[in-house]
Amino acid sequence: MSTSLILIILLIVGAGAYGLAASRAVRMSGGKLSALHSRPGYYGAYAAIWAILPAALVLAVWLVASPMIVERTVRGGFPDDVKSMPVAEQNLAYGMINAIARGLPMLSAEDTAALSSGSVDVRAKLAEKGVPLAGDVQPYMLEAARTLNAETGTSRLAMTAVVALLALGGAAIALRSVAPRFRARNRVERVILWALVAASSIAILTTVGIVLSMLTEAAHFFREIPPLEFFFGTVWDPRFAGAGSTSAGQFGLIPLLAGTLYIGFVAMLVAVPVGLFAAIYMAEYASPKVRSLAKPLLEVLAGIPTIVYGFFALITVGPFLRDLSMQVNGLLTGNYVNFIQAQSVLTAGIVMGIMLIPYVSSLSDDIITAVPKALRDGSLGLGATRSETIKKVVLPAALPGIVGALLMTASRAIGETMIVVLAAGVAARMQINPFEPMTTVTVKIVAQLTGDLEFTSPQTLVAFALGITLFAITLCLNIYALYIVRKYREQYE
Amino acid sequence: MTNALSPADAAVISRAPARRDIGIKRRYAAERRFRAYGIAALAFGIIFLFLLLSTVVRNGYTAFQQTAIALPVEFTEKLIDPDNKRATDPSVLIAANYTAVARDAIVKALGVDAQNKADVRAANAMLSKSAPIQLRDMVVADPSLIGKTVTVSFLADAQIDSANKGQVDLTVPESNRKVSDRQIGWMQQLSASGAMAKQFNTGLFTSGNSSRPEAAGLGVALVGSLYLMLIVLVLALPIGVAASIYLEEFAPKNRLTDLIEVNINNLAAVPSIVYGLLGLAVFINFAGLPRSAPLVGGLVLTLMTLPTIIIATRAALRAVPPSIRAAALGLGASKMQMVFHHVLPLAMPGILTGTIIGLAHALGETAPLLLIGMVAFVADIPGSPMEPSTALPVQIYMWANEAERAFVERTSGAIIVLLLFLIVMNLGAILLRRRFERRW
Repeated sequence: MSTSLILIILLIVGAGAYGLAASRAVRMSGGKLSALHSRPGYYGAYAAIWAILPAALVLAVWLVASPMIVERTVRGGFPDDVKSMPVAEQNLAYGMINAIARGLPMLSAEDTAALSSGSVDVRAKLAEKGVPLAGDVQPYMLEAARTLNAETGTSRLAMTAVVALLALGGAAIALRSVAPRFRARNRVERVILWALVAASSIAILTTVGIVLSMLTEAAHFFREIPPLEFFFGTVWDPRFAGAGSTSAGQFGLIPLLAGTLYIGFVAMLVAVPVGLFAAIYMAEYASPKVRSLAKPLLEVLAGIPTIVYGFFALITVGPFLRDLSMQVNGLLTGNYVNFIQAQSVLTAGIVMGIMLIPYVSSLSDDIITAVPKALRDGSLGLGATRSETIKKVVLPAALPGIVGALLMTASRAIGETMIVVLAAGVAARMQINPFEPMTTVTVKIVAQLTGDLEFTSPQTLVAFALGITLFAITLCLNIYALYIVRKYREQYE
Repeated sequence: MTNALSPADAAVISRAPARRDIGIKRRYAAERRFRAYGIAALAFGIIFLFLLLSTVVRNGYTAFQQTAIALPVEFTEKLIDPDNKRATDPSVLIAANYTAVARDAIVKALGVDAQNKADVRAANAMLSKSAPIQLRDMVVADPSLIGKTVTVSFLADAQIDSANKGQVDLTVPESNRKVSDRQIGWMQQLSASGAMAKQFNTGLFTSGNSSRPEAAGLGVALVGSLYLMLIVLVLALPIGVAASIYLEEFAPKNRLTDLIEVNINNLAAVPSIVYGLLGLAVFINFAGLPRSAPLVGGLVLTLMTLPTIIIATRAALRAVPPSIRAAALGLGASKMQMVFHHVLPLAMPGILTGTIIGLAHALGETAPLLLIGMVAFVADIPGSPMEPSTALPVQIYMWANEAERAFVERTSGAIIVLLLFLIVMNLGAILLRRRFERRW
């Protein structure tokens, strides 16, 4: 019986239990519903929970555990010469057995008979049915595939029986306990509360998952490459193992980090003045009409996916800067050679800066408008102009919040991926010319992990070491920013 | 008591404003400058917004039209099945020389001398390389076509397509452009006879990916993105709402809930690529789910969207006034009933608005999907979330990396489609807020 069918049956049993328990409660109340502790629906829900929840839990555990147990049995039945082979080859053999097991039920009766007598080629026969095999079939594999199918069948049968028994038994227990004084609502609500707790713990689980998964993979990496070489290495040259070189290459973080910080710096150079002035204008000068028009327009910039910015940098900003530098160079020296590359720190930085404008402006706007009006009135009353009020009173009062906002923006700049992938280039170099391409941590994570990969070579594992570095940097920036913002808020509220 | 001012003192007072230079002019100039900076900053942002959008639209609107060439095609038996074996061996129909069939059709329609090899090649180059495959599929589906002459609408080659849309500069010397003068002549000939025409590009929305720009479409990406959005909606909305209800209405104020709060705020700011690494390590490497599958992408995007939804939901729950809660409790409702019967329905518009905005954010997210292998070349539309697929932003990334110029048009077209989806979602969120939001 397929899993979805079992689930449907489970739902039907649950619905039945709900109906039975609810009507039983009504019957027991003798037509006077106020005699019941809870409304009839709660008795129904209580029965449904008993019918579905234990059975579903067992089903889930069984679905995960059963293939593992079956695999162990099948592998235990391998001939000794197979067992002595390396693990990788055993895995390959098991993969083939799986494929054979999938193909066997598709064969007709006479084919199966012929297989047993060994008169036909299993591989050709299965390929006909659309099950390609990686190699030739050994006799023991056929045997193992049969065992696999038999074991899986038994396991499924047992699972169906156990789940059905649990569902019916649960429903029966719940039905028996239905009584006017039974506190069904409290029971049901306790289950709901636990579900709510489980949902909110997912947030913690995600963080734990991020940290644990990246730490374990990064630990694999650091087993082959010493952490000192990674964190303080100045050369990034992860040669792929297939290139015939014996060494694993060099994995120096410094050039990537330099590129990340440089591009982020250029981006902040664009985003901070523009975003801050836009926020100041909207908060202090703009009429409500202008504000209601300009604010959403700037927020549209925040809603545009970063891949679109990357494309914009790639086909418009990059070529424009290149041609501009060519013209400027030509006018100044007569030599029409571009000195800005199409992919460069400048291109990526400017476009990323544009992307960050709305973050800076909307965060600072909130903070500036939160400065109490009394401060402004006091300053204006003393004869200061508006700009003096802003520069000398409002901004100093809002400074901690604005610094927090800028830190959050900086963490976004460091973690940004798609713009730099398309606009910054892939050359890991350390240099200070903003007109040349540099690369970032995120670009290298993408570069190391796209395409076919195995989880054993340092070339792919390095991505996790880069990831944990990125995570740590942004986490520190965010926590510090949150701390500053929180502290600031307490001053005025 | 006389404290009348002496004339000298009076003079001092009356002269004082003129003498004391408080720099009013300079200060007002600074004021105007400051204000101008603000306007300039605002204008800078908005100008870039329009520049970005206009670049995309200018490059991309032509992608919604496609040049097609309708030709009478003779399905000659001699070319397709010379030995007349199709009744016994249908595979000859697949292996037959459809390139020759298509070539004969265009050569004949243009009246080119079949002996002039260069001319024949130039004429054949006007058709998309997908033409023979199109003919093969027709014949395999209906072998009775063999021996008949049918008018078939072919896609034009990408170069011819862009020439027909007027994107090829004809003043450039012939040797420096991809479309020859002879082909231009033929194009005029075909256009005059009505065989060549621009039509709405349905292939952009239905076909899978292709290495030939004229045949590449967003079909797989659209279906993949649809799966992603469904998974995110089904998982993130209930989990997010449940988590917010617990944190906002039930959780005791202690260290643990404080930790969860800080956690959620941090998760909202974790770079999206880190979620991709998490998905790769946990869902693919540890749990053994298939690479490139929308299921894994959906799970990753769910984790990424959850903090957004939780933050929006908590704000919506907080906006419901305490009097509603007090009234419900006062009438004898349990705390759970109070939340689910009264608070949650009132907070629903705010929750849905936050969810739509979170979904829109997830729809445009690219980086985590690259890491879990959704950047695969997929030509067939996936039938389930377990099959390999791409997503709309990933398709844009893949096309943006293509060297051919014609892909720029496709990429921009795909971006327009993506932006339209985002606009619709955001407008929906705004309308929802306008229509149902209550101010207490």
